[in-house]
Amino acid sequence: MPERRGRPMDKQAGRKLLGPCAIIFAAAKTGSWRLERPETDAGRCVRCGICARYCPVGTITVHKEGAAPVEIDWRYCKGCGICVNECPKKCMELVPERGEG
Amino acid sequence: MPVKMLDGNGAAVEAVRLVRPGVIAAYPITPQSSIAEHLADEVAGGRIKAEYIRVESEHSAMSVCLGAQLTGVRAVTATSSVGLALMHEVCGMTSGCRLPMVMHVVNRSLAAPWSLWCDHSDTMAERDSGWLQFYAGTVQDVLDLYLAGIRISEHPDVLTPSMICQDGFFLSHSMQKVDVPEDSAAFGFVGQYRRQNMYLDPEDPIFVNDLTPTDDYGEMRYQQMVGFRNAAAVAEEVFAEFQRRFGRRLETVRPYMLEDAEVAVVTMGSMSGTARYVVDQLRAQGIRAGALQIVMYRPFPAGAVARVLGQIPVIGVVDRSAGLGAVCPPTCTEVAAALRGKANEIRSFIGGLAGRDISNHSFERIFADLLAIRAGKRDTHCQWFDLRANPMDIRVLSGEEDAECIK
Amino acid sequence: MYKIAVKTDSLVTPGINACQGCALELIMRNVLDVLGRDTVLIIPPGCSAMFSGSGIESGVKVAGIQGNLENSAAIACGVARGFKNQGNTHTKVVAFTGDGGTVDIGLQALSGAMERNENILYICYDNEAYMNTGVQGSSSTPAGAATTTTTPAGKLGRSKDLMRIVMAHDVPYAASAFVANLPDLRRKVRRAGDTQGTSVLHIHSPCPTGWGYHSSKSIELAMEAVQSGAWLLFEFAEGRLQLNREPGKLGEIDAYVNGQKRFRGFTQAQREQLKKDIITRYRTMNAGMQT
Repeated sequence: MPERRGRPMDKQAGRKLLGPCAIIFAAAKTGSWRLERPETDAGRCVRCGICARYCPVGTITVHKEGAAPVEIDWRYCKGCGICVNECPKKCMELVPERGEG
Repeated sequence: MPVKMLDGNGAAVEAVRLVRPGVIAAYPITPQSSIAEHLADEVAGGRIKAEYIRVESEHSAMSVCLGAQLTGVRAVTATSSVGLALMHEVCGMTSGCRLPMVMHVVNRSLAAPWSLWCDHSDTMAERDSGWLQFYAGTVQDVLDLYLAGIRISEHPDVLTPSMICQDGFFLSHSMQKVDVPEDSAAFGFVGQYRRQNMYLDPEDPIFVNDLTPTDDYGEMRYQQMVGFRNAAAVAEEVFAEFQRRFGRRLETVRPYMLEDAEVAVVTMGSMSGTARYVVDQLRAQGIRAGALQIVMYRPFPAGAVARVLGQIPVIGVVDRSAGLGAVCPPTCTEVAAALRGKANEIRSFIGGLAGRDISNHSFERIFADLLAIRAGKRDTHCQWFDLRANPMDIRVLSGEEDAECIK
Repeated sequence: MYKIAVKTDSLVTPGINACQGCALELIMRNVLDVLGRDTVLIIPPGCSAMFSGSGIESGVKVAGIQGNLENSAAIACGVARGFKNQGNTHTKVVAFTGDGGTVDIGLQALSGAMERNENILYICYDNEAYMNTGVQGSSSTPAGAATTTTTPAGKLGRSKDLMRIVMAHDVPYAASAFVANLPDLRRKVRRAGDTQGTSVLHIHSPCPTGWGYHSSKSIELAMEAVQSGAWLLFEFAEGRLQLNREPGKLGEIDAYVNGQKRFRGFTQAQREQLKKDIITRYRTMNAGMQT
């Protein structure tokens, strides 16, 4: 136990903080909660970005180009379905999670 | 060194001015109110360059100070009685976050019954809230212990807040001659505040006091215990330096005529001078009496207490709080624990509640009891002194109540 | 300084233990995105404490402190004044609290801060009950809504009107917002952040868990709340109240309440009463605009 009285702390590595605090910016793997996952019909998607705007998790990226317009970070998507509900083109749907990551 | 006539609250304000706080938050409560008033004057007059926040409660006063001190300034508040009780929740935040805040507390009874006057029930209720506690015996102590408390609390091995307790009215409103150090001398002693440990800084962010799991909580309490343990040694160092700089001796305990004493009383606060006066009188009669004033109550100086009281056959501990339901009240509990395994006869005396004067006659009666015990008398462990003869019968319906009042 | 264990451009971690569909999560992301790094958060225990973090891990990249439930405004005052005393008037000091920590236990500290016009931004995300402790009723719980402490009849009596209390303090800026119009929410956060003195944002925060609806419906229900007038969108600045959006279907609450299990036991009389309350509040606010 580091109980010996030492020098005042400074900002160098190894500085010890006493008492309660969080010092690591981290993420829980909330994707593991998912019972359903959103799937996008790329052919009907107009890349408007509304799904990304309303995603509470901030885990959707809409690409301006490319074959897959909607990219979802499955590590964090909780499968809430807000993107599906808000999609103006109704080109997204929730399908049962099969757990293939 | 300039000498001023000050009451305890005036000395408290001088002490705050000398340590140059950045934020002051105060809510008035008797008998603390003149501290809140005069701090406002000091800030308005530019003598303290602090933000003064006229908060809406003591709970907010402590909360403001918590936030302010985390930004890297000394934050100041002061309170009394139920005001301290209202702060209780946030007092634990301040100590748990290891903020070295120093607060004046003007001791006053807790309600109910309502009382405006002094006893120690308010700070005794905070004795386990993670704050150091120092009890002034004189107005000079109020100033000196505040300056010393800043150094002790802010020591990197301590990082624990302090309460500087003074007896309401007996000290807070009692004019005494006080040596007030020059600004530069006092500031040279306490130094510029330097944030340590945790702080709030957008350029160096951390999140303070998030939910702590069982895995860490006990360890963080242990860290606080180490802070308290270090405080005992740091206090000795700081008191020694204080004496070198200012010439006045501060001690965690103040022994008086104890070396050969057969009977002794243990006191805290303003009653201590009276106890020493009575010791002098008894000594003049050839009675080997002594007295011990506890100045630092948290951490309790058990080693020093055992050292000076260990050989004294009969000891009476005077508590200015009731300690309801306990084997004996708080100070006596500590003294008994410090003397565990020794052969002393220890008696508890409870009195002086709600400002009832603890006079020389009170101590004469206490010493008479102790001497009787020394001579072989058996007595109860806890005694309430200076109590009225009929404590259970002080509100009795006369049978002549007038139905007029409910018509 | 945080060690960064997850790479993201956002100031909020992607992995937060908020329930699926939680509007609070969307609010926090937008608030910090607008305000930026030069922000200190004061968060009480409650759902928003998930952003404070747990143990050694935080969910945000900004500096913050988790205080007590009732003193967020007071701690914020202390932080703001501490910074001011050191010459820092640029950092945004933000209390981010729920309805319980605001309209119930935190009202006194908030009132004190507003009266003194402290330079803080106070955000109340309102999910209309104590959700983190298990959906107990608060004074923000609407009439007739079931919570774990307002069963079986639903809440008797109506909700406390936080914003009329706020306006009674004549703060420089106050606004209500909701999650179905994020550009509007972000504009208000920016304006509040730019305000000198106390600004208060009251943000409607649908809660799938506490209100009893499918997690996909949070945005839809927020829109229904505003359409029906159950949530009014307005701004209050320099003593003037401005309604941002007329409720398209004032008093037509069926689509809003029928979608939520908390109103399952709603009687016809309660339904009528809620409609009446909504219309009355709308008229009161309108009258307030004309003075």
